[in-house]
Amino acid sequence: MRTPLVRWSVLSVSLALALTSCAKGTGGGATATPSAGQFNPSATFQGSISVMGFGATDEIGSTRVDLAKKALGGADVKLIEGDLDIQQFLSSVAAGDPPDIIYANRDQIGTFASRGAIIPLTACVEGEQIDTSMYNKNALAQVTFGDEIWAIPEFNQVQIIMANGDLLKQAGLTIEDVNGSDWSKVTAAAKKLVKAPGGKLKVIGYDSKLPEFLPLWAKANGADLLSADGKTAQLNSPQVVKALEFAVGIYDEQGGFAKVKAVRDSADFFGKGNQFAKNELGAMPMEQWYVNVLNDVSPKAPLVFDTFRTPQGEPLAYSSGSSWAIPKGAKNPGAACRFAKTMTLVDSWKAAAQARLDKRKEEGKPFTGVLTGNVKADAEIEKMLTSGGATWDAGVKAFYEANEHTFSLPANPADSEFKKAWQDAVNRVLNGQDEPHAALDKAQEDAQAALDKAWAGWTKRTN
Amino acid sequence: MPATHSKAPFWRSMRWRDTRAALLFISPWIIGFLIFTAWPVINSAYLSLTDYDVINDPSFVGFDNYVQLFQDPKVGLALRNTFLFTVMSVPTQLVVSLALALLLNSATKATGFFRTAFFLPKMTPPVAIGILLLMLFNGQNGLINAFLGVFGIDGPAWTTDPAWVKPGLVLMSLWTVGSSIVIILAALRGVPQELYDSALVDGAGWWRRTFRITVPLISPTLFFLFIVDSINALQSFTEAYTAFFGSGNTTYSNDAALFYAIYLFQQAFEFLHMGYASALAWLLFIVIMAITGVQMLVTRRFVHYEGGQP
Repeated sequence: MRTPLVRWSVLSVSLALALTSCAKGTGGGATATPSAGQFNPSATFQGSISVMGFGATDEIGSTRVDLAKKALGGADVKLIEGDLDIQQFLSSVAAGDPPDIIYANRDQIGTFASRGAIIPLTACVEGEQIDTSMYNKNALAQVTFGDEIWAIPEFNQVQIIMANGDLLKQAGLTIEDVNGSDWSKVTAAAKKLVKAPGGKLKVIGYDSKLPEFLPLWAKANGADLLSADGKTAQLNSPQVVKALEFAVGIYDEQGGFAKVKAVRDSADFFGKGNQFAKNELGAMPMEQWYVNVLNDVSPKAPLVFDTFRTPQGEPLAYSSGSSWAIPKGAKNPGAACRFAKTMTLVDSWKAAAQARLDKRKEEGKPFTGVLTGNVKADAEIEKMLTSGGATWDAGVKAFYEANEHTFSLPANPADSEFKKAWQDAVNRVLNGQDEPHAALDKAQEDAQAALDKAWAGWTKRTN
Repeated sequence: MPATHSKAPFWRSMRWRDTRAALLFISPWIIGFLIFTAWPVINSAYLSLTDYDVINDPSFVGFDNYVQLFQDPKVGLALRNTFLFTVMSVPTQLVVSLALALLLNSATKATGFFRTAFFLPKMTPPVAIGILLLMLFNGQNGLINAFLGVFGIDGPAWTTDPAWVKPGLVLMSLWTVGSSIVIILAALRGVPQELYDSALVDGAGWWRRTFRITVPLISPTLFFLFIVDSINALQSFTEAYTAFFGSGNTTYSNDAALFYAIYLFQQAFEFLHMGYASALAWLLFIVIMAITGVQMLVTRRFVHYEGGQP
């Protein structure tokens, strides 16, 4: 009696297995290296190209997309908006149906390249005659891996010091006391600025922005978290340990990280009730785009700005940003390359900046600039800036100056694991679970193991 | 001499026709199950024996991933966190659900409104609950500490102090007890009124009626919830991930909230170690099976089935 049932079951399972086996990934094998001949600056393209991870949600994006469409000579551009979904992207590559081009953070490029998810762009750069000298050298370094360029960089995030001028004045301080040029002054300023009546923190004196800004504090102390070749972690060097101790110590002087974070978390960061407008924060290092946010939502806030400075008094900023990469298996790499090129050309940035300038004029607001990741475009756009008054002009001046004093971490095939290792270490210290030295020793071990494994995989794949 | 019956072949019998019809009707589910559940499960068992990064073909590594599981300190940490959370959250959820269901069961007015009100929070997306946790349990400006402050209690740093992160998550898990309340309420409605009447005649008070009549008679439902809630707790992910690893905190994280499913997700989708993540998934499956088995053995004696054991 069981026989027919068993037969049916076996048939169903076999059918399902047969069907699903068709879905096996098509990934694997060496990445086919394209030739420069595939990329021709005078070619025109038809059909459409799909762009994953980019939304032309403002005039800076939409103006450049319009120009890129025009440069394709007829092909349409389909945007798959929202941040790049790594799972979706990698699945599409494995299934052999990737988008034509992706918009990724620069620190993701090493991982994608090492796994063969994207193709090298050396031929694209050569064929489309892209002048790479126009790109910020640190931005370009972040997408250069194994002697090949894997992505075209755009935008540049840098950090500057932002402070509440009224609170500084009340405490008898100036921006020089909090710009990082003297660490003992920063600690002293944090103690003077903090307000915690009855033990309840009301005003954060100084937010050293851990865990994310450890690379900045470490570099200011003369240390890189990763060697220049991207192969050796340097997380437990004495300079990094000292930088972490100092930056955590600032929180300790204000009642501990838990209290600072709780106040930070409850702030209306992007709104009119931001910490500077409500006099709830003395000073912090922060990325330059926040100047634009503050100018938009609280133009009368008593702000003062300066570059973040090393103990030697030199400006310093950690560079990060986005980039364009072409997935392995993209159906139209030629059009994708043209798209990436046009999006990052000096003329495209100038047109986008003009659109932003026009919009700001209409709104009666100043044009505070854009850091493009393209040094020539930055120089052109800087000439177009309009004044927003001494306060905001100082902010803009600070971030343009910072843009010329950047550093970055080199591309590597284990970027996620590396970042996770040092961030976990900082978090363990902030949560009171570990001391800086022990935490960074552990992070060094984890990060180096991940790097060794990933580089071994890269060597195996490319040899 | 007994009469001889010519027996029709099975495939012509009424029973086979019924079976065939039944199979036909459930075939969409069976096909879906085979493709979207059974095959991935089988495939993950294979992937757990490989080094696989989604893009490149899996390379067979034998039991290396399973050996690594026992050498990876984060696996131990994640399992400890998950067990502790389960041990704290499941009984808390059951007690609160039972208490609220009893309350609802005794309500005589606006019962529909209260039932809806208790169930509504369950409709909140888990990601929103994660963000809500950060706001409600904010150590300086959160509502929970403001409430504790009314009684002169200086509330802890729920979202940063490793000692208080899990209790915060347990309390937040009560946000979604609505479905348990509804299930228990349905069971309470099935308890015969005459048992209460008899007990009342015998002078039994509320506590005695509850613990001698109500709880034993709804024990199969409580047992069901105990098992299901335990499995859910062992697979906890979204709320903790959102609050401590995801959109709520992109760079800050807290080891105390590193649940097993979160670590599995990180290995799979952040580091692209799909083979290792598959091994992690199989370990979790075995652990859940073992725990469920033990729960069934240990709690069976406390469950009262009308008409005996099922």
